[in-house]
Amino acid sequence: MTDLVNETLLKDLTTLAQLPFEPEQVSSTLSAINEVLELVTQLENAETAEIAPLAHPLERQQVLREDAVTENIDRSQLSRNAPSFEDGLYFVPKVIE
Amino acid sequence: MTIPAGWQVDIGLEIHAQLKTTSKIFSGASTQFGQLPNSQASVIDLGMPGVLPAVNGVVFEKAVRFGLGVGGRINRESRFDRKNYFYPDLPKGYQITQMDQPIVVGGSVTIDLPDGSTKLIALTRAHLEEDAGKSIHDRKPNYTGIDLNRAGTPLLEIVSEPQLKSPEEAVSYARVIHQLLTYLEICDGNMAEGSLRFDANVSVRRINDEALGVRSEIKNLNSFRFLDQAINFEISRQVETLNAGETLSQDTRLFDPDQLETRPMRSKETATDYRYFPEPDLLPVVLSERYIDEIKKEMPELPQVRTQRYHSAFALPLADAQLLAQDRRLADFFDETVAKTQTPKTTANWIKGDLLARLNEASLTIAESPVTSEQLAELITMVDQDTISGKIAKDVFGALWEGRTTSASAYVHEHQLEQVSDQSALEPLIASLLKEHPKQADDLKAGKDKLMGFFVGKVMQATQGKANPKQVNDLIRGKIDQR
Repeated sequence: MTDLVNETLLKDLTTLAQLPFEPEQVSSTLSAINEVLELVTQLENAETAEIAPLAHPLERQQVLREDAVTENIDRSQLSRNAPSFEDGLYFVPKVIE
Repeated sequence: MTIPAGWQVDIGLEIHAQLKTTSKIFSGASTQFGQLPNSQASVIDLGMPGVLPAVNGVVFEKAVRFGLGVGGRINRESRFDRKNYFYPDLPKGYQITQMDQPIVVGGSVTIDLPDGSTKLIALTRAHLEEDAGKSIHDRKPNYTGIDLNRAGTPLLEIVSEPQLKSPEEAVSYARVIHQLLTYLEICDGNMAEGSLRFDANVSVRRINDEALGVRSEIKNLNSFRFLDQAINFEISRQVETLNAGETLSQDTRLFDPDQLETRPMRSKETATDYRYFPEPDLLPVVLSERYIDEIKKEMPELPQVRTQRYHSAFALPLADAQLLAQDRRLADFFDETVAKTQTPKTTANWIKGDLLARLNEASLTIAESPVTSEQLAELITMVDQDTISGKIAKDVFGALWEGRTTSASAYVHEHQLEQVSDQSALEPLIASLLKEHPKQADDLKAGKDKLMGFFVGKVMQATQGKANPKQVNDLIRGKIDQR
């Protein structure tokens, strides 16, 4: 069986997941991921044509709440674990599109 | 604009409308605009660990109203999905949106074309999602400030099919959607506060090409003018590129209103991989037939239907019909007044003339009008029944507006402004006027019709405007003929 994840895809995935790409870990990571995926692939053999897709494991429906302000917001408390918070703003390294 | 010869244009719009709610879509934080930065970002909006979203029911009510308004299909069961991307204004690392089962599917709106004809524009879908926060780039060198007050504000994203063939059609469509959203009180429509934002998908192809061209998406246009300018620029850019023998690549662009041009956004190669998957923190939302019927029952008559009714059943000129129907409160006011006066034309003239002029002058909306529909109806009825003259009616209207009275009839009675239609009161007056001005009377008899105005004016002056001008005319004519 061919590997489901190769080095290129692994690189893409680490980028999307905001994880560092460590070249020395590539081969061990690839074999671990592919081993798991191979196991999961067995699910594809199950006959599902007659089965309706499951929307949610809890077979219940969403309860809707009233449109009312219920939150009391304390900026100084909420911003405590932010590395940089000044004049009411969270600061992050410059992003510009 | 004129589309370059030999080319055709295909435009589809994605419209993000902020829903008019008190609280956010998944948290009980306030949505009020213009508050201190981050003073309205709750633990849920900040994406703190361990918190769970709680769905605001009103957003579904509004989305259903929109769906009914455009004749779309309302999904009895709709779901939320996660759209994953990494950006500082989205603290959770994903946006909760609806991908597979949006609340509204299909539907259409009618737009007016410059040549007076109309065109049906199909909608693909409309789905609910949360807004992101705001990035502020000019506060501190090398840093971006983040205000998350807007994060979690409910949005309805309305997606059209690429059936718009020019910038004019795109603007016309955007205006129709804007009107519908405000009419149905889904969105406040305040463009300056970003309540409505457009993304335009623009592509060009040669006249005989079957397939759509390569499209560019211009993001975040926040006015009708920018929408028009951005599409205009984009059409020229794409046609010039292709004419020069170069190829276009699908991209996402931003419009620069100062330079009047669009520029590609710098985006990471893999950034468009959103890895949608069903939102595990939320269950499917199931709407009952009864719920939808209740909303259906409360749907107002839509602006375009109303315009048509005013134009055909009331025989109002199309421009007047549109003017009165464009604003729901104004149209309600008009309908209430007409229900009492039974004279749509006169009523329309009073509203678009005197009332709107005064409202504009005082920067008031119809809801704030000091003159109520009952008061105006009573006034108009008094004119229609010849109880007061048109000239006196203007004065009475002024008295109502300024709050000097609360009832036209009481005011007229109190100041004895009733029109003098009593022939026996007018006849001696006219006789004496003709005697006082024999030269003018003779000239009038000799055919100088201009002098009719002279005598009518004298009568009006003597009666302080209370005489019925038509009757005065007839009486003078009668006396002159007898001379």
